[in-house]
Amino acid sequence: MELDPFVLSRIQFAANISFHILFPSISIGLCWLLVYFRLRYTFSDRDDRMDWEYAYFFWVKVFALTFALGVVSGITMSFQFGTNWPGFMERAGNIAGPLLGYEVLTAFFLEASFLGIMLYGKNLVSNRTHLISSFLVAIGTTLSAFWIISLNSWMHTPAGFTIENGVFMVDDWWAIVFNPSFKYRFIHVVLASLLTASFFVAGISAWRARSNVDGPATWKVIRTGVVLAAILAPIQIFVGDMHGLVALENQPAKIAAVEGIWETEKGAPLTLFGFPDEEARTTHMAVKIPKLASIILTHHADGELQGLNEFEDAHPPVAPLFWSFRIMVGVGFLMLAVAWWGAFALLKDRVGPWLLRALSAMTFAGWVATLAGWYVTEIGRQPWVVQGYIRASEVVADHAGGMVLSTLIGYLALYAFLLVFYIFALMTLASKPARSLRANIDFAGAKPTAPAVGAA
Amino acid sequence: MEYWLPLIFVSLMGLALLLYIILDGYDLGIGILLPLASDDDKDKMIEAIGPFWDANETWIVLGIGILLIAFPSAHGLILTHLYIPVTLMLFGLILRGVAFDFRVKVAAEYKSLWNTLFFVGSLLASMAQGWMLGSYVMGLETGPTSVAFSIAIALSLPAFYVVLGCGWLFIKSSGELYNKAAQWARVAILPMGIGLFLISIATPIASSEIAGKWFTLPAAIGLMPIPLMTAVAFFTALWILSRQQILDAGYGWIVFVCMVVMCLMMALGLAYSIFPDIVIGKMNIWESAASTASLKFALIGTVLAVPMILMYTIFIYKIFYGKSQPLSYE
Repeated sequence: MELDPFVLSRIQFAANISFHILFPSISIGLCWLLVYFRLRYTFSDRDDRMDWEYAYFFWVKVFALTFALGVVSGITMSFQFGTNWPGFMERAGNIAGPLLGYEVLTAFFLEASFLGIMLYGKNLVSNRTHLISSFLVAIGTTLSAFWIISLNSWMHTPAGFTIENGVFMVDDWWAIVFNPSFKYRFIHVVLASLLTASFFVAGISAWRARSNVDGPATWKVIRTGVVLAAILAPIQIFVGDMHGLVALENQPAKIAAVEGIWETEKGAPLTLFGFPDEEARTTHMAVKIPKLASIILTHHADGELQGLNEFEDAHPPVAPLFWSFRIMVGVGFLMLAVAWWGAFALLKDRVGPWLLRALSAMTFAGWVATLAGWYVTEIGRQPWVVQGYIRASEVVADHAGGMVLSTLIGYLALYAFLLVFYIFALMTLASKPARSLRANIDFAGAKPTAPAVGAA
Repeated sequence: MEYWLPLIFVSLMGLALLLYIILDGYDLGIGILLPLASDDDKDKMIEAIGPFWDANETWIVLGIGILLIAFPSAHGLILTHLYIPVTLMLFGLILRGVAFDFRVKVAAEYKSLWNTLFFVGSLLASMAQGWMLGSYVMGLETGPTSVAFSIAIALSLPAFYVVLGCGWLFIKSSGELYNKAAQWARVAILPMGIGLFLISIATPIASSEIAGKWFTLPAAIGLMPIPLMTAVAFFTALWILSRQQILDAGYGWIVFVCMVVMCLMMALGLAYSIFPDIVIGKMNIWESAASTASLKFALIGTVLAVPMILMYTIFIYKIFYGKSQPLSYE
């Protein structure tokens, strides 16, 4: 078998970025939840106060662990641009470089620095400084998403540049940063993280509630997660739809693959299920609803949709997109259903064991939807790395296949090992009450419970 | 602007990498020392670096980030040539970084496994960085001289980090651990010194381009302060370490200062050796620079952000000033 360094580099990058996104997808949202817990702690009266304190103590540990995994896997990404895809920076470096640079300068240092105070400084600084530090970490994680999503969006919908001798030159920074798909993608990603974190905290807390760990504090977290998810899930579906419309405008081949549309047609049906076959250029056993794809995507019953056959050898692989999209949407609607069920049950004060089981089962639902969503986006851009301008095959480093294979195996083994321990650590943490995770607690507020705001 | 911008960015890159070597150097050094300590001291050693390591590690991301922003073609050239050591360094940094959390968050029976992985990660990252540095100084050549040189630095840099780590422990610890740090530093400082000395001798022999820059008059006279200051810092550290009563009086921090001075001097020497190339003998900073428009845009952010970063870094070091406390989330 011949080892193709291009294919191997691609698999390696996909493995790295898939592993990496698991952790920011939790930590961005979780950090805002922690800020919320601190705010509730600061502004609550005494009984509630301890509950929010416990909620914070438990979740800040999970956050520290998740954040560390995100940091180390993120650093790997920043080096891989150079080690495996040097052509990308040689040609698009004028644009990608400063965007990544702004991410390091405005986000990485901010979050990494104030994380120290957030995690270990609570006894050394005032509640206000601690609250501000937690807030700055949350701002940092979100700013980080802002810059990297800006670059990612630019790769999908490039704007604001001219090309000289094959090299991208900057024309208009505003147009680059706020490129056509940026705002939809950014909102979609931040909402995805908040939803992932909501299900994550609600799921683990439901598990804790069933084993009666931490009583009222656990229930407060369940309520927070469920209510937030119930509010955000429908908004996310709406934003996702708008995001799809932007993709139709800029990347019609991606949408054609997602919908499994082969020939350009007016009044295209929506394919619910089926088995796309790229060789035969058809979808087997397709279950279709007449005209619905045109209605959803063009808002006209007879709207025209371009088929895959219009984009010979420049359209993405069909089956992975077709399936990833259905998984994302399916899990998204499942999240909506469970969140609404939970919110309704909490409202009626009728939370049964089945709801708790369902929430626990959905702990990592956000991961599934997020990964599937990113596969739709990223595989959907293939064969391009910058849509319409640079193909991935043009920028790959000329390494020996065997060498890339060896590092790929190394990464896969390491990531599998870390993922096992991550889940294992979560289970260990979840089985312990927050109190036991604190070194020396003065229960029931023997700590100086200074008057709420700005206790110095 | 076309002349100055690459100069500004190459200086910033040098500064970021220098800060990285000093700051993550002490973290990595302490990681390498971990297996030698008692279980109790292991926790104390982690406490001494816990609040800082993440921000410390970010300096290499900035350094490599500036290489990418300002010198994209050099970025590709360097990182593709250093594929294996970069990958090993990343494996090391991954293991070290997650071990901070895993060692206290998984069930107790796995703590020693994660202590070991903390050590393995720190050592692997340090040696890989030495290999990268050696290979870079040799202009990314792959001949036997270059490989021998890279191996020499791969062995010396961990020793350097170890002494730096001991210097940090003098600042952050007291009692038994403080004395342990003195013992470790005494053992590590001699091989470190010999290693650095041999590397300094070997560099001009291995690279005629570097030799040409150092051994011409009047440059040779103007450059004398660099080796002199390095030697003064080295022997001061050696002297302090050999005087128990001075260490007992709490002056161990001078060792850390000496190490920082040595870092600074060696960085200056290295910068002089390489400048104005970005990859010795292959590419200079202007040939590899990104477009002026991109550098201008990046400069605005840098000028605004770097002073702020330095300010809040100092703020955080002040909050955690003094001997380290048990790490608690309270």
